[in-house]
Amino acid sequence: MGFVDATSSMINPRARRRRLLRKRFLRRPLAIVGLVVALTFIVCAIFAPVIAPYSASATDFNALLAHSSRHHLLGTDELGRDVLSRILWGARASIEAGVFSTLLAMAVAVPIGIIAGYYRGWIDAVIARLTDVLLAFPFLIVAVGLAAILGPSLTNATIALGIGAAPALIRVARGEALALREEDYVRAAVANGASDARILVRHVLPNMLSTLIVQATVAIPAAIIGEAVLSFLGLGVQPPTPSWGVMLADAQSYLSQAPRLAVYPGVAIFICSLSFNLLGDGLRDVLDPRTTR
Amino acid sequence: MSLLDVEGLSVRFDTDDGPVHAVDQLSFTLADGEVLGVVGESGCGKSVSFMSLLRLLPETASVSGVARFDGVELLASSNARLRAIRGRRIAFVFQEPMTSLNPAFKVGNQIAEVLRRHLGLSRADARLRTIELLDLVRISSPERRVDEYPHQLSGGMRQRVMIAMALACDPKILIADEPTTALDVTIQAGILDLMRDIRERLGTAIVLITHNLGVVADVADRVLVMYAGRKVEEAPVHDLFARPQHPYTVGLLGAVPRPGSGRLQEIPGRVPSLAELPTACAFAPRCPRADQLSRSQVPELREIEPSHLVACFHPGPDAEAT
Repeated sequence: MGFVDATSSMINPRARRRRLLRKRFLRRPLAIVGLVVALTFIVCAIFAPVIAPYSASATDFNALLAHSSRHHLLGTDELGRDVLSRILWGARASIEAGVFSTLLAMAVAVPIGIIAGYYRGWIDAVIARLTDVLLAFPFLIVAVGLAAILGPSLTNATIALGIGAAPALIRVARGEALALREEDYVRAAVANGASDARILVRHVLPNMLSTLIVQATVAIPAAIIGEAVLSFLGLGVQPPTPSWGVMLADAQSYLSQAPRLAVYPGVAIFICSLSFNLLGDGLRDVLDPRTTR
Repeated sequence: MSLLDVEGLSVRFDTDDGPVHAVDQLSFTLADGEVLGVVGESGCGKSVSFMSLLRLLPETASVSGVARFDGVELLASSNARLRAIRGRRIAFVFQEPMTSLNPAFKVGNQIAEVLRRHLGLSRADARLRTIELLDLVRISSPERRVDEYPHQLSGGMRQRVMIAMALACDPKILIADEPTTALDVTIQAGILDLMRDIRERLGTAIVLITHNLGVVADVADRVLVMYAGRKVEEAPVHDLFARPQHPYTVGLLGAVPRPGSGRLQEIPGRVPSLAELPTACAFAPRCPRADQLSRSQVPELREIEPSHLVACFHPGPDAEAT
């Protein structure tokens, strides 16, 4: 392998870098587990209608609060709905809220952070202080407050989670822009007559992408948990639409008779957010130029 | 008429510790196709002078004076107007080739970006011109290099790419700020060779900023020696090397390694703080010729032979002439 590898990498060093990154990633078993599990949840969310044995709202009155069986792998809830199917359908709400709220947060936070960090001056002072104020409120408190104002629905919960996550991302983007504006290639671009917009889009943004990707994988699990919290509180997905948070809320009344109704969605939330966190940790290690392994 | 005519250029930085007078009343001219060497120790205002012309300094800098370039007063121009001059008519090459290219894009695209922005070339035309430019700066197999990323190139090649980018729009002036300092000696020679070649083939005027008189001797037509933000001597390159007048220039020449010249001479002391405008010759504390006059008055520039200017009360080529 050695010789072939060496020659082909001499021919195409770009492929070599990609291979190096892949090698570093593959050397981190936890990151691989995270990636595989996270992808599994995403696939489940997308293909829930195909994979789920039953519709999420189909009731089986012959099996109310049933234990696991051949027909219902994870049993049924108080209305005879199949728990496994509901967990698979519930992944949709979680992934949707996790991914879209993070995208929204990025779309809001990155331009603001870049402008603050690149231009400095009064605009930076204003943005940085406002961000500090928002960061003083815990993420979930902000999200719950916003969701309460916007009204309960999955879309509004997503918006609330996205805005709640924005201040932390503003701070990250601002910090990166502060560092990047001092880079020689930014100075060189100014000396070459590039406009501010071009410098921000071509020179600052692309060089902070790896940091942003890592931030996104950290923001997604937070949003997944947030969605569950909002739905649990009745501020997110509305019954009968399945969501892990809604399932937890429903399970409350049957906690003594059927604790499994609370355990299954709880485990789903736990594993799903853990998988994204592991993936994020792995990506951070791989993309960090200081890692040598 | 000269291409660039700078008069009374002063740059002051307002820092937390008070003002710093980085450049004080600098005047010089640059003719079409001329190579001007600007020499001095670190921190004597070489780079700052030229960066101030295109407003490339941080906002803490206040610049005054007059700089006429091709009928345009640079220091009074709007930002939009300067943007059209930067990279298009006056181009910069910086000291750090390792970090002056954006690591996220192929080098070809970075050169093509300049071409498309300033000259409005199409994507395909810009690519062809980019390959020509890489060939001009003597990068081998430019068709392949154009699609490589900066990290795949060596320092010398990156500096060639930077020069290609600077030459992209056929500028009237190329300002090279210590272009060889970060490179190996053998590669330095190649880059200097390239500079000469550019002047001959394209007729670009070049300002070569350096602390190395050896570099200047090779390439420049005329040399401007700066000390503590002021011009202390200016002369055609041969006159300067044959008959250096200012003791600082004499000192710099003594610090250039030459075969058979024995031990290198250092200039004692350090560049003075620029917090206050001088009331005496700024070089006096380090100067073997300094006397009461140098310590009480600022020497004015005098023309001691045709086109040889010096700011010293005791000019002369001999270091032992005290």
